[in-house]
Amino acid sequence: MQMINDKFLESPLAPKQTRLQELWELFRQNRLAIVGLIIFVFFLISAVIGVVLTSGQEPVFDPAMIRLQEKLLPPLTRPNLETLQPAEVPTLGIYLLGTDDLGRDVFARMLQGAWVSLTVGFVAVGISVLVGIFMGGIAGYFGHGHLRYDQIIISCVLITGGILLALGMNYTGVGLLIVGHAYIFFSIFSKRILSKRTLPKWFVLIHKGAISVDTIIMRTVDIMLCFPTFFLILTVVALLPASMYNIMIVIGLTSWMGTTRFVRAEFLSLREQDFVTAAKALGVGNFRIIFRHMMPNAIAPVLVSATIGIAMAILTEAGLSFLGFGVPPPHATWGNILSDGKRFIFDAPWLTFIPGIAILIVVLCFNLFGEGLRDALNPKLREKG
Amino acid sequence: MFSFIGRSIVQKIITLFFVSVVSFLIIHLAPGEPSQVDPMNPKFTPEMVERFQKEFHLDKPLYVQYLYFYRDLFTGKIVSWKDSQSVLTKIWERFLNSLPLFIVGTILTWTLSFPVGIRSAIFRGGIYDRSATFVSYLLISIPGFFFAYILIILVVTTLHVPVIGMETFGLAASSWGTTLMDRVWHLLIPSVLGATGGIAVLSRYVRSQMLEVEGQDYVRTARAKGLPPEQVHYKHALRNALLPFVTMFGLILPGLIGGSVIIESIFSWPGMGRMAYEAILARDYPVILTVNFVAAVLVLVGTFISDLLYLVVDPRIRL
Repeated sequence: MQMINDKFLESPLAPKQTRLQELWELFRQNRLAIVGLIIFVFFLISAVIGVVLTSGQEPVFDPAMIRLQEKLLPPLTRPNLETLQPAEVPTLGIYLLGTDDLGRDVFARMLQGAWVSLTVGFVAVGISVLVGIFMGGIAGYFGHGHLRYDQIIISCVLITGGILLALGMNYTGVGLLIVGHAYIFFSIFSKRILSKRTLPKWFVLIHKGAISVDTIIMRTVDIMLCFPTFFLILTVVALLPASMYNIMIVIGLTSWMGTTRFVRAEFLSLREQDFVTAAKALGVGNFRIIFRHMMPNAIAPVLVSATIGIAMAILTEAGLSFLGFGVPPPHATWGNILSDGKRFIFDAPWLTFIPGIAILIVVLCFNLFGEGLRDALNPKLREKG
Repeated sequence: MFSFIGRSIVQKIITLFFVSVVSFLIIHLAPGEPSQVDPMNPKFTPEMVERFQKEFHLDKPLYVQYLYFYRDLFTGKIVSWKDSQSVLTKIWERFLNSLPLFIVGTILTWTLSFPVGIRSAIFRGGIYDRSATFVSYLLISIPGFFFAYILIILVVTTLHVPVIGMETFGLAASSWGTTLMDRVWHLLIPSVLGATGGIAVLSRYVRSQMLEVEGQDYVRTARAKGLPPEQVHYKHALRNALLPFVTMFGLILPGLIGGSVIIESIFSWPGMGRMAYEAILARDYPVILTVNFVAAVLVLVGTFISDLLYLVVDPRIRL
């Protein structure tokens, strides 16, 4: 106790450590999380290098080079130089991770697949975090606000008009769109015109609040949670044309509900705090309050769930690739290397084990990193340290 | 209490309605027509396509199709597009196949994760706790299909038992004991696989709940008055830590459908997940939509049960 007091007297100013430094101090104590971070950085670097070395017209490592005379070679085999054209010899002079059933270099394919896993993880989670923060922020900050009947009706009219237009029913669609926009203009100007006169009864009725914003968003979350996630993703990916971007978007759009709930809960408590009231009193705009003042205070649980979400997205993508719904074939992903290799599981077990262990390690590092972050961001532990 | 039940039932029905609309729209607005599934088939003449569309109301506007579909679903007359069999009987047969997997998996999950979690919490920070933590991260992170192949290799090469499928073909005539053991061997690996993720997550959760309760004042009081440690752990702490898990009984219901697609297709297990997968491949919309609908109903019923259980178990909650 005495020591703490001394320290306090010596430095009456605010602690010199920034929040980030403090976080790093706490994070460093968790050895597993540090290992996770190191593996993650390694994975990031190899994915970036991989995409550089395996793409372009004449890639350094060609993942699509087929050498039928060299198929199913175990890892660390030297190529038989007599049967190969000079262009077909692997760059390193050795098959580091063996070859698959078409004689393609597994090392090059793994490098190419790393980028897919990385982008799918980050983009899908990016989408889900953006949607989640947006929905959660609105529900938490503007949740008290009520939508009026006329707003609901007009947005329904506009959406129907848009859909009809897209389906090719031009006249009805354009008509509905015109009606909708006309009403928006009318309601913008009507405030001035109508404020002096007494309003008709139906007009007052449709201007009543119908349902709060919070209710709408949280019920939407409930609806989304009713779908069996993997089955829904599988359905949509199977119906849409196969592409990497569709997979990212679909995974992102089916996993934002957790983030929304976190952000909403944080916002509900932050909204009542003094600094927000102070900011409002100073006349700061709503969006500045949300993004500059409230969001930094609410971001911690979102970061943790995003890290673990990346792990889940990588697993989901690998599962989809495994079932044959992933990125279309000539492009290698870890999931489809494994899926191709499973037919040779007893003859060429490395085709199953190399991608499997790679996925396992990367997902594990994201999980460990996320848990470490959760511990470091936990205020209970911070007081102790 | 009754008003709570009434309110939540109404709310769940509204949610279910929106789920049905959204899933219908997702399926029908996706590019491609179900009648074009097999364009290379010479028997699929334009007349056939037209007849097919008339048969299944595909020439009607979307909202009429929606009404037809859910009318058929609720009267139980809905048929699969692929083989014109009743969807509900199909799902019921597959459900009975999936049920043993689900039951064994659930029993494994709940009986293994509690001892592991409680022990890690009691010996917090020890070698057991740390290795249990690491193993559970490992089990969460391992891709299910990869783990499946590891287990298949292990079991097939060491124990020499059959693992793929639900039973060995042609064993029907053999003795009662052989058939039983055959079924058990076939059941074992898929249900262990189904349970791994659950064990890892649940044991972590048990551990954190237990740690939270162990830090409470009444546990310290119990310890201070000299009770033996077993009594403190299992009587004072555990009972209170169990509270959230009672409600989780409701939340395992949706596990009946979701999550088993990959495992069932690896093991050729004729269950619901595999049927759904085959239906997706064949664009068999009635089956996809019905499975989706059943899944949504299970989720809603599950949350409802867990709310009710909370009411019963925790006297502090009054609605």
